[in-house]
Amino acid sequence: MRPCDEFIIDDPGELGDILAQLAADPSAPPRTYNRLQAIWARQVGDDIELSYLASAAIGEPFRLWRCRVSPGAEVPSLSPIVALAGSYEREVRDLYGIDFAGALDRRSLIFHHAKASGAPSQDQQVPIAPSAPTIVESPDLQLLRFGPVRADVVESARFAFSYAGEGIIHLETQLFYKYRGMEKLFEGTTPMMGSILAERVSGVDSVAHAFAFALACERAAGTEVPERAQQLRVLLAELERIYNHLHYFGLLAKLTTLKVGDAEGHYLEELAKQANASLTGSRFLRGLITPGGLRRDLDVSALEPVLVDLEERVQGYLGTLNGTRSYLDRIETTGVLETHVALAQGATGPIERASGLDRDLRRDHPYGGYDRYQFVVPDASAGDARARALIREEELFASFAIVQQILKRLDHGPIRVPFEAASLTGEAEGLGWVEGTRGTLIYAVYLEDGRLARVKIKEPSFSNWRVFPYTVDGTNMMDYAINEASFGLSLAGNDR
Amino acid sequence: MPLWTYRGLKGGIKTAPWPIAALSTMPGLPEPIVESCPPGCEQCAMSCPTAAITVDQQLTLDQGACVGCNLCVEVCPSSVLVAPPRLARAVENRDDLRRRSGVEPGQPRLHPKGDARRLRKSLFIRHVDAGSCNGCESEIGALDNIYYNLHRFGIFFTPSPRFADVLLVTGPVTNPMYEPLLATYEAMPKPNFVVATGVCAISGGTNGGGDYARQGLGGILPVDLWVPGCPPHPAVIIDALLGLMGRQR
Repeated sequence: MRPCDEFIIDDPGELGDILAQLAADPSAPPRTYNRLQAIWARQVGDDIELSYLASAAIGEPFRLWRCRVSPGAEVPSLSPIVALAGSYEREVRDLYGIDFAGALDRRSLIFHHAKASGAPSQDQQVPIAPSAPTIVESPDLQLLRFGPVRADVVESARFAFSYAGEGIIHLETQLFYKYRGMEKLFEGTTPMMGSILAERVSGVDSVAHAFAFALACERAAGTEVPERAQQLRVLLAELERIYNHLHYFGLLAKLTTLKVGDAEGHYLEELAKQANASLTGSRFLRGLITPGGLRRDLDVSALEPVLVDLEERVQGYLGTLNGTRSYLDRIETTGVLETHVALAQGATGPIERASGLDRDLRRDHPYGGYDRYQFVVPDASAGDARARALIREEELFASFAIVQQILKRLDHGPIRVPFEAASLTGEAEGLGWVEGTRGTLIYAVYLEDGRLARVKIKEPSFSNWRVFPYTVDGTNMMDYAINEASFGLSLAGNDR
Repeated sequence: MPLWTYRGLKGGIKTAPWPIAALSTMPGLPEPIVESCPPGCEQCAMSCPTAAITVDQQLTLDQGACVGCNLCVEVCPSSVLVAPPRLARAVENRDDLRRRSGVEPGQPRLHPKGDARRLRKSLFIRHVDAGSCNGCESEIGALDNIYYNLHRFGIFFTPSPRFADVLLVTGPVTNPMYEPLLATYEAMPKPNFVVATGVCAISGGTNGGGDYARQGLGGILPVDLWVPGCPPHPAVIIDALLGLMGRQR
């Protein structure tokens, strides 16, 4: 399969016409292909190259439009026709100073705090105004601002609720408190070091990030990874999904005030992490995936009985959870995400699958050898917290099934080929994608003489944080925490 | 709910006895064990993503900057660097994390400061995420699971800094988190402790520096304990907190 069909656009004015085909026709049934996945920019000489990536039908190559513009050029905004483009355009504007004409939302996305801390803006052509969140105010409403330091052990972000009694009128999220400029930190390093960095973008998605990064580098260099390494990578990716989904159920049980369910769910997560540690030495499965294969071989002989035992425990646990009326009462009809909103705002992963969009990169655009395994891709259409939990439950058992298939026919042989990035002269680029625990994760990697010149990370949480507020307005305070947990979002991944 | 009560009782006690075996069985951060470097060999220093290794008169590995990627162990031609089956523990002095061969790791020398001896029995923690990758949050969250069961030591997380004895900070301190972090610290009663948790909070690790984040807590807050690891194992965090209370074994 070709990874990408590319189209070069000379005049940015044509962008709108060409990309109008990406806009969803409200009267047509929702389609999951031809959907904008990401917009990013990079510096090419004095110019800036804009890239627009769209998904394609099952088995078809992705589509990428490129457009080179000079820094002061007028670029039409896609946000009036493709809503989810807004977030990406705001990011490009913050980082590269490109102004998108006709954009619906012109506030800074990343540097909203700019005035407070004097954030740098070294390559900015457009002055960045610190932006206040849109807050609905009225004498009849209460305003609750909280964060960035929030209660409990959670990641930093700021929220403003306008609410009346129990009812939430409007939620405004202010993210990017954790912006570390990860994409920039990649620049100038070797692909080898890059994989260490990729593991540290979002800790609980370490494998997904290292995997997508390695795939992108390998595509750039034309490297073929040995069979055993491919199988072990898939094994690691599914182990990551298992511990993340178990954490998710423990948290849902906690928020629906099931004390024992909370304890048991997090205990199962702990068992999964300990299994990770005895397999790889790292509870987060770090330090293995690298461009060219795996850094060392794994002894999987002890893994099977551990996972059989864990799967049995998980079955008993989820069986009891699903038979608990008080738990179901709290998650059914909570935080409903309608299909057309999921489509228009770019929901991904378990979130879109719970809202009637049947799409999974592992099945639709197989990578890293996923086409050799049989697994179920669940889908649901209710779009509530219950549907999101059901999707994760079935994915959990699908992951156990994939791991068993790998363990049954694991090849012997080398686990690494030399990754000849250093011998690459000139420019090379590659696209790598994985279906992580939280959805579609894409790395676009540009190499220059064997070093990383630009790395773009399209993070699933970035997509889902955009979607999340649409399920909050009009609901109530009591459901908020359950709704947020049911999305299973990563702030480190969103902020990068 | 009776069903869950029955389930809980049937499951039995899952809490691991303290000290947890992981402290001395899990692979820790690499350290130099013998002084037999070939002259002029700097392969480990070259391979390190965080410049944690300096080869001067003697090889020094700063565990406060080490993310445990083990690239140095892989390239070392003479087995000078190894990752022992022993988790790196928290220290009071930043310098104790700079490890040289032949020098035993200084046992953390912890003295409850001021009239903090009253904290021996119970400790309340306010956690602040100052830009972590959420690996640290995952492990700090694990402290509350029944396996580590932090509550049994009388240690609790509190939402309000007003009730907190300990400020547990993760992440390299991003620009927008700088002021909220200081505000949280100012809101805490004295005496209190600041614990830099994880490599990012100690030195910035791989994610600090750059234009958008600082390099850890040094120079920002008075740090009482440095907890190495990327992320630190939950057992290491418990060990550190017990150290603050003067109850470390």
